[in-house]
Amino acid sequence: MAILDVRSLRKSFGRVVAVDEVSFSLEAGRLVGLLGPNGAGKTTTVSMIAGLVTPDKGEVLIAGRTLQGDTDAGKRRIGLVPQDLALYDELSARDNLRFFGALYSLSGAALDTAIAGALELVELADRARDAVKTFSGGMKRRLNLAAGLLHDPDILLLDEPTVGVDPQSRNAIFGNLETLKRAGKALLYTTHYMEEAERLADRIVVIDHGKVIADDTLDGLQMRVAAVAGGRANLETVFLTLTGRSLRD
Amino acid sequence: MTPLLALVRKDLLLFFNDRRSVIVSFAVPIAIASFFGSIFNGPSRNGERARIAVVLVDQDDSTISKAIVASAQSDPNLKVTATDPEAARTAVRRGRAAVAVIIPKGFGEAAGAAFFGNGEKPSLDMPYDPSRNTELAMVRGVMTQHVMEAVSREMFGGAQGRTHIEQIAPKIEASGMDAQQKQLLLQMLQSVRRYYDRPEANAQAQNRGGITMPYTVREEPMTAAGTAYNGYAHSFSGMGIQFLLFAMANLGVEMLLERQRGLWKRLRSAPVSRLTLLLGKGISGAIISLLILGVCFAFAMIVFGVRIQGGLLGFVGVAVACSMMASTFGILVAALGNTPATARGVTTLAVLMMVMLGGAWVPTFIFPAWLQQLTVIVPVRWAVDGLDAMTWRGIGSSGAILPSRILLGFAAAFSVVAAMRFRWEES
Repeated sequence: MAILDVRSLRKSFGRVVAVDEVSFSLEAGRLVGLLGPNGAGKTTTVSMIAGLVTPDKGEVLIAGRTLQGDTDAGKRRIGLVPQDLALYDELSARDNLRFFGALYSLSGAALDTAIAGALELVELADRARDAVKTFSGGMKRRLNLAAGLLHDPDILLLDEPTVGVDPQSRNAIFGNLETLKRAGKALLYTTHYMEEAERLADRIVVIDHGKVIADDTLDGLQMRVAAVAGGRANLETVFLTLTGRSLRD
Repeated sequence: MTPLLALVRKDLLLFFNDRRSVIVSFAVPIAIASFFGSIFNGPSRNGERARIAVVLVDQDDSTISKAIVASAQSDPNLKVTATDPEAARTAVRRGRAAVAVIIPKGFGEAAGAAFFGNGEKPSLDMPYDPSRNTELAMVRGVMTQHVMEAVSREMFGGAQGRTHIEQIAPKIEASGMDAQQKQLLLQMLQSVRRYYDRPEANAQAQNRGGITMPYTVREEPMTAAGTAYNGYAHSFSGMGIQFLLFAMANLGVEMLLERQRGLWKRLRSAPVSRLTLLLGKGISGAIISLLILGVCFAFAMIVFGVRIQGGLLGFVGVAVACSMMASTFGILVAALGNTPATARGVTTLAVLMMVMLGGAWVPTFIFPAWLQQLTVIVPVRWAVDGLDAMTWRGIGSSGAILPSRILLGFAAAFSVVAAMRFRWEES
């Protein structure tokens, strides 16, 4: 059974239809790559799943039920890792995590254990007391990931979590995500980097102009393109074949 | 820890981690309020009274003009220096003196003649610094008194007065006035002449007074229990409120920055109600505001002897109401602002206007009447009124009820508008 079921989501901003009839599902222990050019509707889709944006139409089912309002306990099953470095630079790593954990009503020993576990996972335990403003971009990205994991969510929404980081930090984040996948977490991962999707994704959803234009495994997508273009293509070729080569805003 | 407590704790940590904010919020209001307090508090017990710099030019050199100069030089409100007309105008132009008083040639003679109404009034020239209009008005009033005194003294007891009476009698005889009126007027002048001719008249001439103010003023400062007015109480109220409004406007701008940096997405994705999110901001803002007011007044009490003479409960009530008003103002800034940069500019202007209209900088009596009426819609006015009532005015805690209620009303209005206009959707 899918732990996350996205059904016919639609969202428009004025005359612009950002997301149009988007549907896909995600199972525990799996990673779905949500791929698309700039402005394709990836972030709006993630925002609707996280409850940040109200869909005009459609529904998001978390373990078979829709979220009812801001304080629905079902939100505890979702962890969001936004594209922005959503951290308080002036606070220490520990104080950041203490705050984000408390938003999920974690406290006392449970919060301390969660903070220690998250920092251990992203290899920042030794910098727990340092202010985030002293961190490198890669360290901030890893802490951004840790903040989304504190409350042990079943579903992790990762919106381009490796933007602007060096190969070492990116590799470390990949390692973290593979660990989480093995632990049974369901991961929805938006990215522009094809090699990331190739390495991590069990299934790839390609979205363009707000619509899902492909939803398949990497092999499935490659076979589909091979049938048209001939020969086995890499994901980038598949992506360009599906979305076209015209520049986007 | 509950989400609400976590939100409050986080904002307090952020505030105190930002040294610049802390300095601006605590040290700057104390420094500015101390400065304003020293101005509005008047001269200290041992201090010298501030006197208006006036340059006097006596081109007449008559008995009357000399008396005017002597009288002005002994006036405690004026700091008089005598010079020539060109130097006097230069002194005023360069801002070294507020006003110059030039007594022209023939002033004494003409003023004496004009005193009995049969001569043309001479003019006293007063070149002044246009940026110091208030001082001009004061000098005009003070000089009127000195001129009237000098001219009347001379006309009723001096040589010029006697000569004038000798000259005026034949003119009355020759006039076409009614016979009975003419006789009465001549009898009066003869009486004045006999009065001058008394043997002791010359001896007393030096001590004769002219026309003086026919009353004195007994001034009574209406302060708490007859204690001396402490101008620092008012300046610390005004500056304290100004800077807590700035701090809370900054809180609103910080909320917009949180949105810009994606932090609001994280907050909104957590199972926390909208009310809790806003309440967290409101409570942390109110705590910071209370701390600012508390620290400002603690400093004023320790260093400048400001006392809460209207009731501690009332003072706390007004302070809490002020803090809630300021805190909700910050949330309103976040609700109405588009970007941090535009919100910062607009709120700085809004706070400065509110503070100015609220009477925190200058007394509201200098405003036009319509503007004075308008200040009732400015929360700062009620905050200053409430804190004044609880400090130097010494009105009991009952005096805190109206300002506190109105401030809480502003807080409620700000909250409602903020809640209605707050952008909850995160795209």
